[in-house]
Amino acid sequence: MTKYIIRRILLSIPVLIAISLATFLMIQALPGGPFDVVGTKAMPEQMRQLLERRYGLDRPLYEQYFLYIGNLLQGELGPMLRFRGQDVNDIVAQSLPVSMQLGMLSISLGFLIGIPAGIIAALKHNTAIDHAATFIAVLGVSIPNLVLGPLLILIFGVYLDWFPIAFWGADPPFILGIFPKPTAQFWLHAVMPTFALGTGISASVARLTRAGLLDVLSADYIRTARAKGLRERVVIVVHALKNSLIPVATILGPLLAALLTGTFVIEQIFALNGLGRYFVNSVNQREYFLLTSITLVYGLFLIVGNLFVDIMYAWLDPRIRYD
Amino acid sequence: MAESVALDQPLDESTARKGRSPGQDAWREFRRNRIGVAGLIFIIFIILVAIFAPLMSPYGYATQNNLNSRAKPMTAYTITTDYLPNCHWAGTPLEWGCTIFFTGSDALGRDLWSRTVYGTRVSISIALVASTVSLLIGSIYGTVSGYAGGRIDNFMMRIVDFLYAVPILPLIILMQVYFKALARQGVREGLTGAIIELNQQMGGMLFLFIALGALNWIGMSRMARGQVLSYKNKEFIEAAHMIGASNSRIIFRHLMPNILGPLLIAETLAIPGYIFTEAVLSFIGLGVNPPTPSWGQMISEGYQGLRSNPHLVLVPGAALTILTLAFNFMGDGLRDAFDPKLRGRK
Repeated sequence: MTKYIIRRILLSIPVLIAISLATFLMIQALPGGPFDVVGTKAMPEQMRQLLERRYGLDRPLYEQYFLYIGNLLQGELGPMLRFRGQDVNDIVAQSLPVSMQLGMLSISLGFLIGIPAGIIAALKHNTAIDHAATFIAVLGVSIPNLVLGPLLILIFGVYLDWFPIAFWGADPPFILGIFPKPTAQFWLHAVMPTFALGTGISASVARLTRAGLLDVLSADYIRTARAKGLRERVVIVVHALKNSLIPVATILGPLLAALLTGTFVIEQIFALNGLGRYFVNSVNQREYFLLTSITLVYGLFLIVGNLFVDIMYAWLDPRIRYD
Repeated sequence: MAESVALDQPLDESTARKGRSPGQDAWREFRRNRIGVAGLIFIIFIILVAIFAPLMSPYGYATQNNLNSRAKPMTAYTITTDYLPNCHWAGTPLEWGCTIFFTGSDALGRDLWSRTVYGTRVSISIALVASTVSLLIGSIYGTVSGYAGGRIDNFMMRIVDFLYAVPILPLIILMQVYFKALARQGVREGLTGAIIELNQQMGGMLFLFIALGALNWIGMSRMARGQVLSYKNKEFIEAAHMIGASNSRIIFRHLMPNILGPLLIAETLAIPGYIFTEAVLSFIGLGVNPPTPSWGQMISEGYQGLRSNPHLVLVPGAALTILTLAFNFMGDGLRDAFDPKLRGRK
């Protein structure tokens, strides 16, 4: 297993290099540059050349790329081209924790609601509770967070006035660079974005848990366990549950990708200064270094996430061996 | 289930039991799933709405009425004299339909109902075209990879592994920005010019098709490869080899029909994702070109004034949710119908 993990980590290095190269080339291919306008007017040619020389944008493309990679290896993500006085490291250090907190809260919510709901629905198979849970789950999968966000704002923010409708409740500096200070303000602000993003996750987790548990409950070894006279709770929790979570683990990969898309939308709707919002807002300003760096951060996140999913998979199903 | 045929009767064509293909079996099973059928019927209805959008909407999607901006639902429409001749339904003058905003109007005084109706065109086209493109690329890529085996398979699957680690949405965003910048530059000549021209006529949808279809076939190709691997060493493939069938004939005539069912179902279940991605792109301003209405774009225009005019978000939002719901119902129904394990379990 350790060998497998090390090999996967080594294999991800060329992948990251390829992602950086592809994004770098793609961004450079975009017509227009960061220094086209100053205010609302076109920037004078001479000024533009000076600025481009200042940031090394006048050099050949391959030289720029190697320079970028060289800086990257030293932990420098590059300068910001339009917001001077800050560099990409600052922006990522401020916004990555916000996106991660939102993502982690949503995933936790998804599993906290999804797994119990799925178990209950499976145990009460073909009863009213099961039908209601299944229906709510399909509804939860189907309502896009693009719609759920404004809906929550409207109901709980505008009409009931329970939760603040915008902004994240924790500001940098974060504890250990990642964790927010768990103030009341933080939780109040976090409720609506978390639900907007986590509802879909909990719905799909519930569906898969239900299907997986139903599948497992009809297996022979469960009959054996019951025949031995074990208590129902022991049968479910000790014997059935772990196996029934295997299908749930399979969607964790796609879930991570969906989470990325989700944070883009939710950050936009709730005006959270996360990575996605910076990405969208800086596309039109051609912040070359920021765009490449954010894509790389996402790529790294996906790689680590998928590796984690594979490890989970092996833990849940000991028949799976990676060698 | 067995139908007994009396032994003394001669067996002829009419009494012999007709075989049913797995497809027919699944279709019978699917018809029994009421919610799935309802989803299918609703989707067909929406496709018809998309085709006949001009008949379903009292105004054009870009017709502005400056006297009635941000009108509430079911309020009267102030008819301008120059607009009166446009107010007809397939030739019949339509007094009532043109005097009321069913669902209100947006900030520019455009009828929200008409825009929502026209918005089906974008969502349905994305659903159909993006899924077809990703099914085509994915199934062919996966089949070739699985069928070829060995080094070629290894190489092709490494590419897929690589794409799995690529964050798709940022790339789609960059692609859309690139396409849009190209369109703004106004290249007129050559192939690029023709494509840009076509895209403009489609209201910006062509580039969405390319961006979505080109990047979403990865999962499909893995699944197709898995299916091919499970069929590759079966006897009927060997038999086809024996009688000298060419590789392409084996792939397209023998393998493809067998593996297509599960792929189709997976693709159906992926459709809500495409619709959603389009809505997200339109939401952040990188989808279709205005004034072509798209539900995502309408939500993004509306949510700025959520407090005073919630209907501007709720109407397209409801449309988006119901369509996704229909696709999910249908996909679930199809999946259950094609899964022999679930037969007779209800």
